[in-house]
Parts: sequence; C-alpha cells; structure tokens
Amino acid sequence: MSALRQLLRDPVAALGLAIVLFAILVAAFAPFLAPFPEDAFESHILQRLQPPSAEFWFGTDNLGRDLFSRVILGTRSAIFVAVAVVLSAILIGVPIGLAAGWKDGWVSEALMRVTDIFLAVPQLILALALGQLVAPGLGAAMVALTLTYWPFFARTVFAETRRLRGSLFVDALAGIGAHPVRILLLHVLPNAAPAVLVRATIGMGFTILTAAILGFLGVGAAPPEPDWGLAVAEARQHLPEAWWFATFPGLAIMLLVLGFNLLGDGLRDAADPRLRRSRR
Amino acid sequence: MLLYILRRIALALPALFGLIVLTFVLSRVVPGDPAGTLAGDAATPAQIADIRARYGLDRPLLEQALVHVHQVVSGDLGNSLFSGRPVSEEIMQRLPATLELTFVALVFATAIGVSLGLVAALDHNGPIDHVVRIVSVGGLAIASFWLAIMLQLQFSMQWDILPLRGRLDVALGMPHRVTGFLLVDTLLAGRLDMFGDALRHMVLPAITLALPGLATITRFTRSGVLEALQKDYVLYARAAGYGRFRLAAIYVLRNAVTVTVTQIGLLFGALISGAVAIEAVFDWPGLGTYAVQAILSADYKALLAVTLVVGVVYAIVNVLVDVAQALIDPRIAQQPR
Repeated sequence: MSALRQLLRDPVAALGLAIVLFAILVAAFAPFLAPFPEDAFESHILQRLQPPSAEFWFGTDNLGRDLFSRVILGTRSAIFVAVAVVLSAILIGVPIGLAAGWKDGWVSEALMRVTDIFLAVPQLILALALGQLVAPGLGAAMVALTLTYWPFFARTVFAETRRLRGSLFVDALAGIGAHPVRILLLHVLPNAAPAVLVRATIGMGFTILTAAILGFLGVGAAPPEPDWGLAVAEARQHLPEAWWFATFPGLAIMLLVLGFNLLGDGLRDAADPRLRRSRR
Repeated sequence: MLLYILRRIALALPALFGLIVLTFVLSRVVPGDPAGTLAGDAATPAQIADIRARYGLDRPLLEQALVHVHQVVSGDLGNSLFSGRPVSEEIMQRLPATLELTFVALVFATAIGVSLGLVAALDHNGPIDHVVRIVSVGGLAIASFWLAIMLQLQFSMQWDILPLRGRLDVALGMPHRVTGFLLVDTLLAGRLDMFGDALRHMVLPAITLALPGLATITRFTRSGVLEALQKDYVLYARAAGYGRFRLAAIYVLRNAVTVTVTQIGLLFGALISGAVAIEAVFDWPGLGTYAVQAILSADYKALLAVTLVVGVVYAIVNVLVDVAQALIDPRIAQQPR
C-alpha cells in the first residue's frame, strides 16, 4: 500500500493512473455511454460527414455514423488488444527469462540468442511481416504483436534473475534444499515483478500505438470495426473538409497512450530509488 | 580500440544469421506451398512440379535452407512476386530515400533533444523543466501517422505553405543519381532551386518522424545531465569558479551524453518503424511505401527482404553507435563484456 501512496504523491503518475482508470471505465460501460451504440455496425448514409454538433459531438463519419460513439466503442478493442498482447507476451517472455537467467550453459545461451534474433528487427517491421503472412486481420495482428514483444520481457526478467541468483537469500534457500522451480517462482519472480510491471505498463501504451499503426495500414482491425487507427485511415480520403473525422480518433489514441506512459514513468520512479532521487 | 570494434561486429553476426533462418522458416512454413503461389491459380500440376524443380523446392528442407543462406549472403533476395524484378534491386533503389529521411530526422531529434534536455536539467524542477517533461512524455504518445495527417491538414491543405507529398516537385525533374540522397545529389548537380524544393518536401515528414526520438533523447539527456551534475568533479569545477553554462558544456555534457548515444542506436529501430507509416502518408518513395505495397499485393518475398535489410541496417547502426560511444568514453572499450 505504501508503494501506491508513493505513486499517488507524484502528480504526473497520479494523472496517468486517472487517465487509465477513466479509459477502463469507458471501455467497460461503452455500450451504455455511447449515445448511438448501434453505430458500431449500422450506417446512415444520409447524415454522412456532418461537422460536430450538439447531437453528434465529434461529427459523423463517411457512412453517417456518430464518431463520438465509435471513439467510445473503440476504447474497448484498444484496451482489449493491449491487455491480451501484453499478458501473452508476459506468459512467453517471463518463463524464458527465468530459465535462461538461472543457469549458465547451452540452454540459456540458446534461449537468449533466440531472443536476440527477435530483437534484431524493429518490432513493427517484424509484426507487419508476421501479420501479413499468417492472414491479415485483428487476430493475426495480435499474434504478431505478441511474438515481437515477448523478448522485451525475457530480457528484463533475465537481467533480474542474473542479479538475484547470486544473492544471499537465494543461496540460503538452495542450502536448505529448496527446489529451483520453487526458488524461481516464489522468491525470484516476486523480486523481479516491479521491473516486469513497469515494462508491462509501458508496453501497453506501445502496443496501442503499434496496433493503431497496423490498423491504419490495413493489416489490423477490419471494417466495420470501430477501430481508431482504421478510422484515421478512412478519414484521409475526406480531408481537408472532414477534419473532425481524422482528428478525434487520433486524440483518443494520444490520451490513452499518454495515460499508460505517465503511469509507467511514475511506476519506474517508484520502483527505482536511484531514479527517485535524481528526478525530484 | 580495433579489437573492440571487431568484437562488437562478431557479437552482431549470430543474430543476423538467426534472422536469415527466421525469414527462411517464415517463407517456407507460412504461405503454404510457395510453388503453387508462384505458378498462380490457373497452373496445372505439371507446371507446379516444374516450378518446384526449377526453384529447388523439391530438395530436402535443410538443403533449401543452406541454399537460402548462401543466396542471401551473396545479395540475392529473390524476385518480387508483384513486379517480377529482383527484390534487392528494388530495395536498393528505395533505401536511400528512407535513410535520408531517417538521418535528417535523427539529426533534428538529437540537436533539439540534447539542447532541451540540458536546459531542463539546468533548470531542475523549474518551469522550463516541467514543460519539457510534459512535452517529452507527450511526444511519445502521439501516433506518428496521425500527426503526419494533422500537419498535412494544417500546413499543406489549409495554409498551402509546404508540399503535401513526395520528395521533389515533379515539374522540376530529378537530379542525376549519384548517392540517391536528394539533398546531396541536387547540390552535386548545382541546382539550388531543386535543393530548396527537396528541403521543403523534407520538413513535415522529418518533423513527424523526429518527434518520438526527440522526446526520448530529451529524457535521457536530462537524466544523464542531472546525474553528472552530482559528481565530485563537477563540484570541484564549480568551486574553481566555472560558470554554469561553461561547466555544462565542458564537463557535464560529454559525460552525460554517452547514455544518450546508446538511445540513438535503439531509436533507429523506432525511426525505421515510424518511417513505414509516415512514408505511406507522405507518399515518400522509400522502403516504407515499398513494404506497404508488398502487404497490399501479398508479396511475401519483398516483405521478408525488407525485414532482412532493415535487420542488417539496424545491426550496422548499433555497431556504429557502440563505436561512437567508445570514442566519446574510452573506458567502455576497455571493460570486458
């Protein structure tokens, strides 16, 4: 609890947490908050491309759908994609990092070399290649994002495990005969958790951005899905007249990513006392 | 130092080799039957068998893998399924456009980022520091393709003061190709009007691409300077009567900037990724638009080749960055790794 209080004392981190909580609430109650929830799939061609008004706060899109509703509904898929990708990446990366960090030898070498290969290409490029080859679509994009993000967790946990395995309490546990799996899961992992949490928070923002780029390039979500990146891509053909169509989905991306980044920044400060000193 | 450089290159090689293997696996496993893809929908079984024999697809997988590695190492990336031309040729034609854009963005991001970081650190917890901190976190949150479109909307469509797309006004023609970098080639051709036009085309894409990098460089410079400011030698220099900015320029920046240089290497990956979407928005004829085109035409040969080339460029940049870092701080080359 003291860690949470520490976090909330940093106004920047508190703002990040507030934005993230707000977005989660919006995502959870999206169908009730959106004025026109049916606009996820229905189109009303007669009221297309109307500027923002009292009825349509963010205006309407090229098929006459309420943009405000679609931005709200899009929160859901943005957060869902980010959570699913980051969780899967943790499930792959953390065990690999633990295993590779615990012992020296060829297994450890091999695991970290494979990690290096995935890190040898910028994430988006690899995700594009993987996503396209598997089959374009949101599912493939999520698989591709997971396959390109787990190495970051493997690296983080590897470094933490290496650091911790030489410490006295690990020696003591090994001395009284604790099984390595028990030591890793119950003692090393909890100590590595803050680093993983920071990585995961920043990874959420990063994944939302990358998923938006994939959607924008046409390899992520498919129409008529209310996806932010996709909406910006659709809006390009209607510029400069329908400025609202491109503007609001992009602002939504920015706000949500900003929230995760601020929160991640604050968590990092709270987790690393050395940084805490220099930041204040 | 030479030994350090060689060791650094040796460290990069296994990952690149692994990347070649990975692209091979992807090209064989994922698209189903490559011979069927190559032959097209209307092919007879005999034609498919013919293609299979011609491209060596009937050989054992291990042999195919070795052939693939040999081809890639000797620069043969196969032919595009879309245009039929050698992929390596098409990529070499487009690579300079992306490298030029990335390089300009990187210089811009470094110049502004280091200055902002330094100023913020010297004004620690002051108003400038807070503004810079917000900007540097915010800059990382903006989707590059969206910012690109917003800038286009404002500067090209509404105010009409900067070009909307492309590298050069079509009416001006193209300069004789020497390096492929338009900012260099136009000067070599002695065409200042073309140089100016190329520069104007560069402004919006470069700013868009630079923003996330600028944010990162600012953050790392700021924390690097803050850390260096607490060192004893700074205390001594201060006691000896050095002024604030002279102190920062001579003692602090060089020590703080090694961290920033590492980041520049890592950033290069982010820049290349960002370039894909930004090039698509600005119709920039580089590797990014090539990749997008390859996606749209399901040209997996081209897509995998782009992945490989980007991996190689990325590895080269990171070796260069480590060397640059060792030149700035000679202690690094002496540490056993």
